[in-house]
Amino acid sequence: MITQKIVDPDYLFFQSERSKMFITGSEAVSEAIKRANVDMAIAYPITPQSESMHLVGDLYAEGYLKDYFRGENEFSVMSAVAGAAMGGVRVFTATGGPGTMRAFEMFPTWAGARLPVVCAFFTRGVNSPLTIQPDTIEMAYMLDTGIMIFHAENAQDLYDMLLKAFVIAEQPEVHIPVGVFADGFFVTHTRDEVSTAPADLKLPAYDPYSSPVPVMDMNNVPLRQMRDPFVMKSNFISYAAHASWQQEVAAAAQRARRYIDHYLGGLVESENPGADIMIVASGTAVSQGRAAIIAAAGEGIDVGLLKIKCLRPFPTEEIKALTRHCKAIIVPEFNRIGWLAREIKAVVEDNSKVVDGPRVFGGMTMPTEMILESIRRCSA
Amino acid sequence: MAIPQYRVLPGPEGYLPPAAAGMGVILPRKKDEALVEGAIVTREEAMEKAAEKLLSAKKPYIFPGPLVLWNWKEGVAEKAQAIIALAKAANAGIIPMPDYRPKYPMINPAVEINPNHPNLTIWHNKIDVCVFVGVHCHYANVALKIIRGGTDCYTIAFCAEMGHEDAMISFREMGLAEIKQLTDLITRKKGESR
Repeated sequence: MITQKIVDPDYLFFQSERSKMFITGSEAVSEAIKRANVDMAIAYPITPQSESMHLVGDLYAEGYLKDYFRGENEFSVMSAVAGAAMGGVRVFTATGGPGTMRAFEMFPTWAGARLPVVCAFFTRGVNSPLTIQPDTIEMAYMLDTGIMIFHAENAQDLYDMLLKAFVIAEQPEVHIPVGVFADGFFVTHTRDEVSTAPADLKLPAYDPYSSPVPVMDMNNVPLRQMRDPFVMKSNFISYAAHASWQQEVAAAAQRARRYIDHYLGGLVESENPGADIMIVASGTAVSQGRAAIIAAAGEGIDVGLLKIKCLRPFPTEEIKALTRHCKAIIVPEFNRIGWLAREIKAVVEDNSKVVDGPRVFGGMTMPTEMILESIRRCSA
Repeated sequence: MAIPQYRVLPGPEGYLPPAAAGMGVILPRKKDEALVEGAIVTREEAMEKAAEKLLSAKKPYIFPGPLVLWNWKEGVAEKAQAIIALAKAANAGIIPMPDYRPKYPMINPAVEINPNHPNLTIWHNKIDVCVFVGVHCHYANVALKIIRGGTDCYTIAFCAEMGHEDAMISFREMGLAEIKQLTDLITRKKGESR
């Protein structure tokens, strides 16, 4: 194994010397995992994720991970990841698009079993006709699986969010999975400047004995099969136990808010928050929105930006507060259904001011002009 | 419309009580803080309240879980002894939660409690104040909500980690010294009331 110095997470994230690397999003994944003190990673290839787990495999070969293998398919990988987490190790995997769909049963299982798995999702189209191209539609399906959801705008976000996700997920009172999402190709396959901590530092090891559920090893009480099949009988006692269990998983996500605030600097970021027109977006749509705001300023139109970094737990109060004053909320998205616009309409006080779109999908890029056109219509 | 702050009070709260964390109850950030009925107070205030509740109860019980029932790591045996001393001081009974396997309808509620149907043990023994200790956090929270939903039992949680919003009194990072501190307080209060 490679020798690295274990440091406090706050030191690694905020105080250590940083150096700039010009790398792809996939390489940013590798740089994050290199510093994350991950015990084990399990992989199955799918575009646009394949390169990231390939590079994590290289880390195993170099001695950064204790174990690494390829599963039979995505469902198998996510099941094996669950087993690893139940056994008390820090585990990482990644998938995307149809891989997410194929493994879907395991995501609520991870959350329900209180497993602090960190998984990167590199989004792509899933709907017929099949495409490998960028599309965030799978995020709509993932929103209510019980896992926390971070959405990276760029490779820097991806690096930071992945590293910090382990620390947030493993807090004893949180202890649910984190999905770190990034838009496939736009982030994974493009180079960007990423500020990284020294590679000879790493996070402290995961302590499974502070888990809210018993880790499955034979040194731990109650010293036998501990994740027994749940109460599944047809009576009120069974229903009440199941209901309380589900509530507790949701409560765990609420408890994560203070750690997201601390490590990610909040669930949202805002720029020019007093503007009459606000663009509210997540992922690479934020970058497109930012470019449109600059273009709009050139035409004398004042527009603000609200970047959503965390979708679960959802920043309800933050969005309410930061959009209360504005006259129009533009929600650009890289999917057909507009799941983010739906989420925002559900929480703002006056949802008639939410502009549905613009949206592109099926692999299309979003020209800045599309957002600018929405801005012009709102300012008219 | 302003919604009043949710309070974590004895039930029966009804068919499906909410998770207190979902109602805005937040765990204390500092080690010397605790929760009383959903509000953050000092640990000393919470100890006073816990002592009062235990001493005024008709049938107080302690529910020790696996983390203090088995001598699985250093310090556990001492903690278990301290819990027995606390039970004696508070004149409280002890009913263990040895594991988390659902046991309905086979459970013997006179001798055991289970997180999936803790109300059965509380109803059977007419327990009006209880203390959770050594129960893994997830199972404690599952049980505490069910208790609030279906019983009028006052719940107190000793947590070695960050605490439990769903208990009426919740202590975080409750170690050997803090358990002894509560025992001493109860002993002193009993002496004062004589």
